[in-house]
Amino acid sequence: MERIPILRMGQFLLVTIQVDLYDRLALDLEADLVKMVSKTGAQGILIDISAVSIVDSFMGRIIGNIGVMSKLLDAETVVVGMQPAVAITLVELGLPLKGVFTALNVERGMDLLKSKIQIIEEDIIDPDDDYSTDLS
Amino acid sequence: MITALISLNKDNMSVIREQDVVPFRNRVKEHAVKIKMGLVNQTKLITAASELVRNMLRYGGGGEVLIEVVSRGRDNGIRLTFNDKGPGIADISLAMKDGFTTGKSLGLGLPGTKRLVNEFDIKSELGKGTKVTIVKWVNG
Repeated sequence: MERIPILRMGQFLLVTIQVDLYDRLALDLEADLVKMVSKTGAQGILIDISAVSIVDSFMGRIIGNIGVMSKLLDAETVVVGMQPAVAITLVELGLPLKGVFTALNVERGMDLLKSKIQIIEEDIIDPDDDYSTDLS
Repeated sequence: MITALISLNKDNMSVIREQDVVPFRNRVKEHAVKIKMGLVNQTKLITAASELVRNMLRYGGGGEVLIEVVSRGRDNGIRLTFNDKGPGIADISLAMKDGFTTGKSLGLGLPGTKRLVNEFDIKSELGKGTKVTIVKWVNG
């Protein structure tokens, strides 16, 4: 059976969608990604859609779902490489892809993910610092 | 004055399984490329087609799609006619509302599709089926 490969890179999972997705394939990807986050403890997912020429409401919903589901497992999702025509079509369709972060390309997407994770780590450390006295 | 719409090329395709969707989208794209439709309009047309074909599969149990290259005056375009023999739509004006769905989707399919194309027509008869026709002009 055909499947979209998921690559692990440090704390992140990378997915590059190179084929036109039909519904089954997209649903499998959603399930695989969530399982993979849980198994590996990954903190970020980067989905490259630069080769995807069509994102319809179903695909959009799947991408949104991946964002929300991975968030529940404490991982951030960044979608990168959207084609301009796809962005125009998505907005006219009425699907502005809320709930996921986007970046122009893989490089910027990686930077975004790294910065998100750093912020989260700082948040955890902060309460032990100076201003914890403010709370008392 | 309204000039008549002339059909230049006809291509019929049946879509009955989920796996037929990708070849169908590719076929629509081929025709759109042939009449030199721009990338943005191509994407809008194929996205609209994808929404309608999914509806047809999910609610109508599959059906036939007629792909036509049409011409009106100086305009060229693609007309797609989706025909299914499903249960039909009880209230079309409700189905055309943003956010309405009887299934598990977002309810963007029909109203969203209408925004993506130049002409949109839907006819449905309960118990007989649904026919949706869309037209996208090259410069539309």
